[in-house]
Parts: sequence; C-alpha cells; structure tokens
Amino acid sequence: MQLSLTSSPHNHSHKSLSTIMLKVCLAASLGIVCQAYFFGFGVLIQLLLAITTAVVAEALVLKLRKRDIKTALSDYSAVLTALLLAISIPPLAPWWVIVIGTAFAIIFVKQLYGGLGFNLFNPAMAGYVLLLISFPVQMTTWSPPMELAFNQHSLLDEISVIFTGITQSGFTTEQLRLGVDGVSMATPLDSLKTGLSKGLTTSESLQNPIFGEFAGIGWQWVNVAYLLGGIYLLKSRIINWHIPVGFLASLAICASIGVVFHPGVSTGPILHLFSGATMLAAFFVSAQVPFCIYLAAQPC
Amino acid sequence: MESILEQIERGKLWNIPGGVHPASNKASSTQHPIKRLPLPESLTIPIKQHIGDNGKLLVNVGDYVLKGQPLTEAAGHWSVPVHAPTSGTISEIAMKPSTHPSALPEPSVVLTPDGEDTWCELAPWPDFYAKSNQEIVDRIQNAGISGMGGAGFPAYIKAQPKNEIEFLIINGVECEPYISADDMLMREHANELIKGIEVLRKLYQPTKILIGIEDDKPEAIEALTKACENDHYTQVCAVPTKYPSGGEKQLIQILTSKHVPQGGIPSDIGMVVHNVGTIYAIYQAIYHGKPLIERVVTVTGDTIASPCNVWSLLGTPIKFLLEQTGFQPQQWQRVIMGGPMMGFTLPSVRLPIIKTSNCVLAPSSQEMPMPGEEKACIRCSACADACPASLLPQQLQWFAKSKEYNKLEEHNLFDCIECGACAYVCPSEIPLVQYYRVAKAEIRQEREDKVKAERAKERFEARNERLKREQEERQNRHKRAAKRTTDEAKSKVAEASKRVASNDKSAAVAAALARAKAKRTENGEPDNSEMAKLRAERKAQARAYKEEKPASVTTDNKKDAVAAAIARAKAKKAEQAEASNVSDTASDPRKAAVAAAIARAKAKKASSDLDSTTVSSEAAVSEPASTEDPRKAAVAAAIARAKAKKAAKKADSQNADTQAAESETPSEDDPRKAAVAAAIVRAKAKKAAKEAESQNDGTLAAEPTAQSEDDPRKAAVAAAIARAKAKKAAKEADSQNADTQAAESETPSEEDPRKAAVAAAIARAKAKKAAKEAESQSAADVQHNEQNNSQIEDHALPKDNISQEQAVPLDAEARKKAAIAAAIAKAKAKKAKQDKGSE
Repeated sequence: MQLSLTSSPHNHSHKSLSTIMLKVCLAASLGIVCQAYFFGFGVLIQLLLAITTAVVAEALVLKLRKRDIKTALSDYSAVLTALLLAISIPPLAPWWVIVIGTAFAIIFVKQLYGGLGFNLFNPAMAGYVLLLISFPVQMTTWSPPMELAFNQHSLLDEISVIFTGITQSGFTTEQLRLGVDGVSMATPLDSLKTGLSKGLTTSESLQNPIFGEFAGIGWQWVNVAYLLGGIYLLKSRIINWHIPVGFLASLAICASIGVVFHPGVSTGPILHLFSGATMLAAFFVSAQVPFCIYLAAQPC
Repeated sequence: MESILEQIERGKLWNIPGGVHPASNKASSTQHPIKRLPLPESLTIPIKQHIGDNGKLLVNVGDYVLKGQPLTEAAGHWSVPVHAPTSGTISEIAMKPSTHPSALPEPSVVLTPDGEDTWCELAPWPDFYAKSNQEIVDRIQNAGISGMGGAGFPAYIKAQPKNEIEFLIINGVECEPYISADDMLMREHANELIKGIEVLRKLYQPTKILIGIEDDKPEAIEALTKACENDHYTQVCAVPTKYPSGGEKQLIQILTSKHVPQGGIPSDIGMVVHNVGTIYAIYQAIYHGKPLIERVVTVTGDTIASPCNVWSLLGTPIKFLLEQTGFQPQQWQRVIMGGPMMGFTLPSVRLPIIKTSNCVLAPSSQEMPMPGEEKACIRCSACADACPASLLPQQLQWFAKSKEYNKLEEHNLFDCIECGACAYVCPSEIPLVQYYRVAKAEIRQEREDKVKAERAKERFEARNERLKREQEERQNRHKRAAKRTTDEAKSKVAEASKRVASNDKSAAVAAALARAKAKRTENGEPDNSEMAKLRAERKAQARAYKEEKPASVTTDNKKDAVAAAIARAKAKKAEQAEASNVSDTASDPRKAAVAAAIARAKAKKASSDLDSTTVSSEAAVSEPASTEDPRKAAVAAAIARAKAKKAAKKADSQNADTQAAESETPSEDDPRKAAVAAAIVRAKAKKAAKEAESQNDGTLAAEPTAQSEDDPRKAAVAAAIARAKAKKAAKEADSQNADTQAAESETPSEEDPRKAAVAAAIARAKAKKAAKEAESQSAADVQHNEQNNSQIEDHALPKDNISQEQAVPLDAEARKKAAIAAAIAKAKAKKAKQDKGSE
C-alpha cells in the first residue's frame, strides 16, 4: 500500500486566504445593500467597475510577471481591494475615477511591490488617497439620501451620470445633489461644520433635515450595517478586536470630552460613531483586512 | 499576597500565550473500554525506543524467551532495556525500519510468539516503602520505562533530579486532537495511577502533586478526583482545553505560573513532569514487577471502522492494529503516528508500536485534506498570535527562507517546540514547522561543521608550522653540512699532514713517504721491499679504517664502505691529476663497486710502479670525498681509477679500460655475481695468458675450498684475491686476450652465486698456480689467503652489528662488506705476494 507523506501539522484551521477574503466581502455586503438602499444603485455600479478593473489589471500584470493568473486571482484579494475602494468613493463619481483608483491600487500599490504579501500599503486606501488628491471635487460630491433628494433618479439615470456626467433627463451630478429645498445637500458632518461656521449651536444644526434618529439619515444605518459586518468578522475570528475597539473607543472618548467641555459646539459620541465611514474604517480599513489580517487567537 | 501554592490550592490556573483550538475528535475512540487484541504473528522490538544509548543485547537467534524477560540490558548513558512482550522464540535479530519519520533501520529483535504468553518470574514489591530510593530507581530503569508522552526520555533519569522538587506534575492533558489513550487509562486505572504517583512521591518528596487534565475529559477528572479524595497532597487540576497545553513547559506555566528557563529543564525550577502512561508503567514495575511491554494505543480516524483504544504489545506491527480495527485505506491514504498536530506520517504500516507510540491515526482525505499549495505570506501575524512560545513565526519563516541563521537564533528558533499551531492557523498554508525543522537541522549541521572546520584549521596551522620548522631545520642542516664539509676537508688535510709527521696510525704513510724519497732517488725500477712496505701500509690503513668505523660519526655504513673505495679512487685521481667525467656513468652502486674493485686492483698495480707520494695525497683526499653521494662517488671512483690506470699503464691502458667498462654489464644482477664474474674474467685472462698450463691440479685444489665458501663475502674476497693475482698474471700476459675473454664471461656470470664462487675458486686456484709458477710459493699463499679471510670476517663483525642497528637492508650490507672485503683481500693478497717476493 502506498502511503502519502506530509509534514506536521496534518490538520489545518481551514481558514485559507480565499475564505478569509470572501468572508470579509460577505461582512461588507450588508453595508453595501444599505448604501444602495439609501443612496441609490450608484455604489453597485462603482463596485462592478472596480471589480472588473481590478481583475483585469491583476491578470494583466500577472501575465507580464509570468505568474499563474488563476491561483493569484482565486485568493480574491483583488476583489476585496476593489470592493473597499468602491464603497469609499461617492456613488455617482464619474467612471474613470474608480477605474483610475483601482488600476493604480492593483498595478502600482500591490503588484509592483511584488504582489500579495509584499505590498507596503493597503492598496485600496492608497488608491483612495490618490483619488482624493487628484480629483478632490469628484471625490467629495456626495449625493443626499434618496428620500431627501430633489431630483429623484433611477438606475439608468445613475449609469448615465457615472458614464456621461448627465442623467437621461439632462440633470448634472450637481443638480442631483440638490435637496428638497433646492439647496445643495452636504453630508451630515459637513452640515454641522457649516452650521458652526454660521454661528449656530450644535443643537440648532441638528435640526437640519439631513439628521435622523441618532445620526445622519441613511448614514446611520449604513454604519450600523458595517458595525454588524464587523461583529461578524470578530465572531468568525477573522479580525482581532484590538484595532476596531481601540479606534472606536478613542473616537467616542474624544467626542465625549468635547461634549463635556464645549457642549454647545460639540456633538455626542453617537453621532460621531454612526456618521460618515466610521464603522467602515474601524472594521474594514483600520484592521487592514486585505493588507494585514488579524486572525483568530485567544487573547493572552 | 497569597503564595503560589495557596493560589494553586484555591484552584487558580494561569494562561499560556497563543494556542489553537482544533476540533478534538476524541469521542469516537472513547466509546469502548480499552480492548485486548489477540497475539500478532510476530513482534519486532527495536532495541532502542527512547532517547539515549542502545542497550546491550542479551539474546541470540533461536533463544526461547518468556514474557517480560529482558532482551537487552542497560548500557551507556540514558539507556533502558527492552523486554520480550510475550513468550516465544527469537527468530531474527537484524536491522529493521524504525518507527520514525525516516524509517531508518534500527537493530531490532523479531520474536515469534508461542501463544502461551507465559510470564517470566516476577518480583512484585507490594510494600515498596521498604525499598531504598536507589532500588526503586534501578527497578524503574530495568523495567525499561521511558517517557510515554512522546519524547521517550528515560524515566529513571527524571527520577533522580539534582534539585529539590517542589511540584510533581502528572501530565494527563492530552491536548492533541484524536488521541484518547491517556484519557482512557485515567478513566479505567485511576487507582493504579494514584499508587504509581505514591512511588514518585517517595522518590521526590514534593510539596504538592498536581494532576493536569484538560476539561474536555470530565470522566477522567472525576475518576482521578475520586481516587485521590483523601489525599491532600494530590490535586487534580482541570486545565482549559487548548492546544498545546500538554507541552511540558506549557503545563508548568498553566499550573504554577512558572517559566522553565530558556535551554533549561523543569527540575531547574523544582518541577518534574511525568505522563500518566509513564506513571502506570511505574506502578506495574514496582507493585507487580512487570516491565514495560505494552501500552495503550488509540487507533482512530475516519478510515478506521471501529476506532478504539487497545492494549498493544510493544513490537506489534501497526498493520496488525489497523487490520484488527477495520482499516479501509483510501487513495493517498496517510497513516499518522501520533496526533494530527505533531505526529508524523508513516512511510509503511509494517513498523512496530514502540514505547512512545500513543496513537495511530488513519484519517480520510475529507477530514484531513492534503495540504494546499503554499501561498505568499500576507503578514497577517496569525501565527504569532497562535505561538505558545511567544515567538514570531512569520519572522522566523522569512529568516529560514533566506537562511539567516544568526537571525533565527536571535529570534529564539530553538525555543520552538514544533507544536504546529502556527502552521495550523496560517491562511497561506505555509508549512512553517517544516521550515523550522530544516533550519534547526541546518544550524546544528553548521555548528558541527564549524567545530570540524576549526579542528581542520588547527591541524592545518600545526602542519604549516611543522613544515616551516622542518624546512628551517633542513636549511640549517645544509648550512652545517656545507660548513662541516669544508671544515672537515681542511681538518682532514691538516690531520693527514699531521699524521704524516707524527700519527702512529700513519706510520705506514711515513714509511710510504720514506719510500717515495727512496724512489725519487732510484727513479723507475720497482723494488720489492718498497712494494711490501706499501702493501703493509695499505693494509694497516684499511684496518684502521675499519676499526674507526664503529665509532665513526658518519651515519651511513654504506657510505663508509663506498667511501673507502672512493678514497682510494680519489687518491689515484689526485695523483693522476686528471679530471673525471662523473655524470655519464651508470648509477648502480653495485656496478660501481665492482668497477671500483677492478679499477682498484689495477690501480694498485699501477701505483706500485708510481711514486709513493700517492699515499699522503690519498689520505688527504679520502675524507672530503666521502661526504658526497656514494653512488656517484663510487662510479666516479671507478672511472677515476680506470683513468688512473690508463695513465699509469701506458702500454696496458686500452685493455684495462675496456675491462672495467665491460664488467658493468654482468654486475647488474648481483654484486656477488659481479664480483665473481670479475674474478672469472681475470682468471680466464690468466688462463689465456698461461696457455701452456694444464688444468688438472687447479681443479682438484679448488674443489675443497669451493665447498667451504658458501658465504658470498668469502666468495667476493676470494674473487678479489683471484683478481689481484689474475691481474698480476694479466699484466704479464698479452692484454688483447683478456679483453676477448671478458666479453665472453657475461654468460656464466649470470648463474648461481655458488657456482660463481666455485668458478672463482677455480679461478683462484689457477691464479695460484700461475702465481706458483711465477713465484713457486703456492701452498703458503693459499694458507695466507685463508688467514686473511678469517681476519676480514673479524673486522666485518662490528660493522655488521651497526648495520643491523641502523636498519640498513642486509643485502646492501652484504654487498658493502663484500666490496670492502674484496678491497682488503686484494690488498692482502698483494701484500702476501709482495712479502713472498721480498723473501
């Protein structure tokens, strides 16, 4: 009888690279659904564009590097990079923004450093930085939640805006950003900042219709979704609690300090925790999932 | 602040860093009690199943052994014996594949059971307290008990620690997945284990005994807790299930919070850890006198139809165990000895169960997939989180791959216990442990190489020094020798001149000088009395020379012998003042010697005609010449002599020269032969010269002499004498004849030396006869010759001894002697003749 010989250990945690990547994507999916629900399908289009670009770019470079394309792609690390970048940029940003960002992330930040495991930076975040510096206008053109939008838009409108800059009915991206009152809508945190510069107190600013139950309309639920995704990652021991908890705790503590000393011009920790990309950053970026995965381990 | 002991008694446990939680999969093998299997057809017992030295074999092939009978006895360090697991016959003692990842053959005893399973006589100690600790330790050793947890460390070594033991820890953690052997043993034999612990308690006198059991074995915990209910010394500690809590250092840390120092052993901090299997073996050995011949083995895995624990005799083929438990092999089947984390895959199932075999795991490819392809490290640090030794596996991996051994050691690679937790969690499926193993092996190899290289370097340097020293010595010696040569030459010249004036040894020389003066006045006509004096002087010189030799500083006897000839040759050379061509002659010393002898003989005759100033010059030149290469010198001498003769014998010269040259050819074989041949040549020459003479008398006279002359030396002497006489005759006869005869003589000379000797004798006889005719004194001559022979032998004796001391080959010695003897003989012969002549 021919016996196979292998080196110990003979069993494995069955946490392979690809399952980890896929689980992270899965954890992010709830947030993406929320984003699509509150802010339109733009994010899905961006996602599609990003993933396509990432896969093509990765395959291209791997071919040039004479590496096995299939094995490298099957770890889904490129997909995860694309996903993170796609959910980080405004959903209605022009198509070339995401294409440039993803291509840069994959080709320059990841592959030119030697591919997975050899990159110095988180490719998605490096791509984000590039885009923010290069295209500040496009990268800050966030549209209001659908329920507050003056000009309602369909999926086709969004596709049209992303690829041509105008909807089918001729609205520009700027026009889509107009709120119900006809004023260009800012993000919740932006409106707070604007309010403060106008001399309004925090409580007065919070009267802005953009704010919902405990944070900005739409944003609060998106953050809740990412928080749930993060808890899933913690539960499935894909990430360690140290970084996200440290991140969120310091944010909450700093916000609380502000409230204690300057209640008039400060907002509570809840608003901070559930606004913007806080939860996304806490669980999907700062824990550096595609770059540095913290795996299951019993705390000492 | 409560002490550690109080905290322990309170039930506090500590945590270890890292660790993993693989699925334990122990339930399937704990469904049934430990089974007993039928006897296998044969048992293969490797004589080394532990860490340490092999035992000494006590049995031979064909021996009948009883169950429990020792097959080996402890010998060397860390050595424990092995015993016959059942009664039967030793069918083979040979190298058999070992139960090791390499399966390298180890000496093993193959036992064919007789089926009776008859125990040998046992000596139970129900009351071991009456025994001394040393007796107990000896019994533990003689029962062949080595650590049964995995490493196989001889238990008797651990049983006599250097330090005082505070905590005796019993390891029943069994953290490896799948294995349940210790679990079942604890469940079923809790009371025996407690008794075994009693034995160790007597040995160690610890403050506390801690039994560590993972909390996923509630039955075992319960059984042991119950067994030691009334024992406040012993405490059962339920350790949280985590791999690798069962590691020795890890368990100590969990139970007592203490760390075993790096590179240290538990007894350094007052701890000793024993596996429950070992405890049970100690119990059996002390209470029942039974040696370690069986152990509990877990046979499990998805390809095993009925996973279970079995009492397996040591030496049972794994194949037998698998067959007994319903093994259904798959494609790419793996059979693992040990657990899935630290066990090793077996290259064959025909390997035996040994003392450290706790589990045979035959997983299906579903439950334990083959390892995937190694992918790039993503620096996720999962491995570092899992490492129980707080190492940085990821860093170690990079260093191992780039072979940075210094960095590896800086990062404490040797603290790695190879538990496999890092590789278990690695998402890139990097076989980290394998990298570490290879790196460790390479580092060990490098260390060994370094030691070797250092030794080699030392050796090399020592050699260089020695060579240098030797070279210097050589140079010094050369310098000294060169100095000595010139000094000696000077001193010899001085000495010679002094001798000429005063030395009694050179009275003869003085006589020669006187003669020379006389000759100068006479000028021309040879005087017999003058000749006689010259001979006497020569003889005296030769004797003095011989006597000097034993005391002589010169190292080489051969040199001396040759030198004697050379000296004479040189003298002649000097006298002739003719340059000689040294290099173009044949190199053989024998030839040279022969040639020298011939030349000498002739030269002597010549010299007798010449002025006697020869003698003083001969004495002066002889010593410096001896420092040269003997062979060359000898050859040179021969040539010189030949030339001298040529010069001396203006009429005869052509003749002698040819003769000397021709004599070289026959001399190639044996110096004795050559000498004899030379004699023959001359004898024949004489014969030719004396055509008128009849042969009858000569032959008759020669025969008795020939019989007595076995000794080659004698023969040579005789030959020389013959030669001398022959020469004399030849001188008188026509030279042309001799020449022709010499050429013919080559053939007979190749024969037996004795024949040659006979021939020589004949020659001599004839020569004598010739001499008789010439001088009519033959009878006296023969007598004289014989006297000479005995004299020569006497002289040769001391030299003989020296030559043996100096380990000069006897053959060479004989040759030398012969040559010298020949020369002396010649001299005597001549002297005798001269004497007679003068009378």
